[in-house]
Amino acid sequence: MRQNPYLFAAYAATWIIHITYLITIVRRYSRLQREIEGLKK
Amino acid sequence: MSAPTGITRATLLKDLRLEWRSKDAINSMLFFSLLVVVVFSFSFDPTAEESRQIAGGLIWVAFLFAAVVALNQTWAREIRNQVLDAYRVSPAPANSLFLAKTLGNFIFVTVLEALMTPLFIAFYRLHSLGPEWQLLLVAIFGTWALVVNGTFFAAMSLRTRSREIMLPLLLFPISIPAILAMVQSTTAILNGEGARFWIVLLATYDLVFTTVCLLLFETVLNAE
Amino acid sequence: MKKVFPILVVLTGILLSYALYQALVVAPTEQTMGNVQRIFYYHVPSAWTAFILFFVNFGASIAYLIKRRPTADIIALVSAEVGVVFCTVVLVTGPIWARPVWGIWWTWDMRLTSTLVLWLIYVSYLFLRRFSSSGETPLLAAALAVLGALCVPFVYFSIWFFRTQHPQPVMGGGGSIDPRMMHALLINWLAFSCFAFLVCWSRYRLEKLQREVDHAHAMKSLLEPHGSAR
Repeated sequence: MRQNPYLFAAYAATWIIHITYLITIVRRYSRLQREIEGLKK
Repeated sequence: MSAPTGITRATLLKDLRLEWRSKDAINSMLFFSLLVVVVFSFSFDPTAEESRQIAGGLIWVAFLFAAVVALNQTWAREIRNQVLDAYRVSPAPANSLFLAKTLGNFIFVTVLEALMTPLFIAFYRLHSLGPEWQLLLVAIFGTWALVVNGTFFAAMSLRTRSREIMLPLLLFPISIPAILAMVQSTTAILNGEGARFWIVLLATYDLVFTTVCLLLFETVLNAE
Repeated sequence: MKKVFPILVVLTGILLSYALYQALVVAPTEQTMGNVQRIFYYHVPSAWTAFILFFVNFGASIAYLIKRRPTADIIALVSAEVGVVFCTVVLVTGPIWARPVWGIWWTWDMRLTSTLVLWLIYVSYLFLRRFSSSGETPLLAAALAVLGALCVPFVYFSIWFFRTQHPQPVMGGGGSIDPRMMHALLINWLAFSCFAFLVCWSRYRLEKLQREVDHAHAMKSLLEPHGSAR
């Protein structure tokens, strides 16, 4: 693993892409929650 | 004559007459493809023997971008005075309208190709090593592929924000197989190689996409 | 249903870690490529998952065109979006593998080109969804999805003919693959499918909530006529 930067890069890139996408979902979700709070008032 | 073909003919003749009077689309398309020819001539040696290798791609790129100019105008004209809404409420079948628009665009792009091809031949000193009639076949099938999808996606992008940008974004990815086939067959014929596979592929592509566009057009036209 | 989700998250996490262990430790090192070959265990399962999601998108779009149920539309949207994410992973890990093995980042061979074209088609689908006004989006998007899916065989066929003489990097010959490699591959595929399912589920809930909120906004503006009406 240590002597192979390409392998590490590929695995890291995969998870970076997935986590970035998950973060956008979570952020949109929390923004919606705030909007719902606003609507309830 | 049955009613649907009558509507197709009336719409087609109307579009042709409008275009004949203004010549907006054909002029802008001609000038645009002329610009492409000139600009591309700087990127390689246009008189060399290898220009035959590049010409196929070059010609079709020029026609593709020029066709987008005409396609964008297809429906824009009908929006201005709510003509499209009138179409929607009228009992006229949607497919006659679609066919009329597609045929109209086909005629415009064919005229463009007929006028530009001599210029290409002169500028790039092209002469075909293979049979020329096959090039004609490629031109007909290729133009139809571009125009049928283009008319459909133009109707679709009409409903979006920034519709002029939307058309190429939708049209180009779906047309990639057709473009590949047009470019490859043109290059193959110019170099005297066989292009049967590509022509059959183009014809199949035309058949499938014409059918599906006709099936789906009414849905797209009436989408609310 | 709300209790099932965290359990599934934990299970998928365990499965993914086990799959990682399988890919990095248990699977034998390939003789010619060395450790780089282990990228395969992420690359190929992502590709399969992406293709399945695009297929789901096609099915859901057809279902929407016939039945006009909003659920089908949401499934189509979600599967296309997550499919594009997985396809991006394929397109990113591919060159990272190609560089040490073939010495180049990118080659216009059949698999690479057709995957790229597939990616382009579905990105344009997402563009259409983004740029059209909300009421018409589902129908237009469904029509585009059907055309896009029909385009896929043409893409494969044309590019296959265009680039016939390409190296067969993945599973050359077939059948000669080490069973432990196959095992690691399948475990990874299972893990990534579960992961994709969970992502789709969260995205589905988000979209559902988004539509409810939009609806609530519309109702609110209807019920309070003293805003824009004046």
